[in-house]
Amino acid sequence: MARVKVPRKSTAIDMTAMCDVAFLLLTFFILSAKPKTQDPVHADIPASTTIQALPESDFSSLLVAEGKVFFSVEGADVRLETLKGMADQYKIAFTPEELKAFTNLESVGVSITFLKAYLNMTPKERSSVAQPGVPVDTTENNELYWWVKNARKADKLVHNKELRIAIKGDSKEEYPTIEKIIKTLQKQKVNKFGLITSLRTVAK
Amino acid sequence: MAELDTSGGGKKGGGKVRSKKASTRVDLTAMVDLAFLLITFFILTTTLQKPKAMDLTMPDKDEKNDQLPVPASRTMTVLLGSKNKLEWYIGEPGKSAPTKESFGKDGIRKTLLEKGSEILAKSGKGMIVLIKPSDKSTYADMVTIMDELNIVNNQQRAIVQITPMEIELLKRDGIY
Repeated sequence: MARVKVPRKSTAIDMTAMCDVAFLLLTFFILSAKPKTQDPVHADIPASTTIQALPESDFSSLLVAEGKVFFSVEGADVRLETLKGMADQYKIAFTPEELKAFTNLESVGVSITFLKAYLNMTPKERSSVAQPGVPVDTTENNELYWWVKNARKADKLVHNKELRIAIKGDSKEEYPTIEKIIKTLQKQKVNKFGLITSLRTVAK
Repeated sequence: MAELDTSGGGKKGGGKVRSKKASTRVDLTAMVDLAFLLITFFILTTTLQKPKAMDLTMPDKDEKNDQLPVPASRTMTVLLGSKNKLEWYIGEPGKSAPTKESFGKDGIRKTLLEKGSEILAKSGKGMIVLIKPSDKSTYADMVTIMDELNIVNNQQRAIVQITPMEIELLKRDGIY
């Protein structure tokens, strides 16, 4: 009797399609991911139950920690216009290189008089400089007031939209610092703004 | 690697020596492993870092003329002190003794719900909450109290400047 031979099958699986899908997804996630920006000071943000998401553009945030304020605005084009506005305001001429450097700058944490020197530094030198924060006080003409004002003007000019402003404050920040900022915003009739919080579930 | 040798061994003895044809197949297992590892990493880092924003609307400062008078009987004033403590009273300052309380669901939230429904039953209108953060209170306290008001669905609230008299009240209770 002839023995029936069962042909042995290869255990290899064709991975080509799986590999294609995996890399397609990988490419998608890499491209859609926004690089996490490094904050100049660490802020431990408080938690709340609100689930309103922040907009991606036409948005400015004020980072408040250790009694300092850092100003930042989304979008390179808006940043450029903002600095041009500030240059007019404080009569400081910026070179095209400095303007370009500013569009890549994540946040402003130095006074306008020091900004020119700060922009001429290399990124490595910048990280070694302790940023004192944007000067802010209770008077009508503080620098933060003009940064916000010029950013709002710039956004209106570039995108024709209202700039949304949000405060990103450290939990342990004392109230007077926050109050100064709220007052500065209210002086230019920004009565509605956001407070950036992390998500918390309601304890029932 | 992921492939078993199923050729069944070479022929024994004699015959022409033939060079074996090399397979053109590349083993993709390791590559797929790596790709999925990176995908997992990117999924986790992108979705977990979404900050949320709470809207805060401050009363307009300039238009003094169209401000409505606030009835004291419907007003609850919350004073924020140090050490995450607060005090509240209903009505005009000085006339009713403030109650010291802490944050959380058994603290201020319970009070807000109780007093809110009490005032609603009495006057038929909602409670107005005035928040007065003192200089010793933190930003987190302010956010927490606004959040509590959101949780209890309070519609009328405002952040107001604290008065020296109210600071005295906080000092007396040791939370300033």
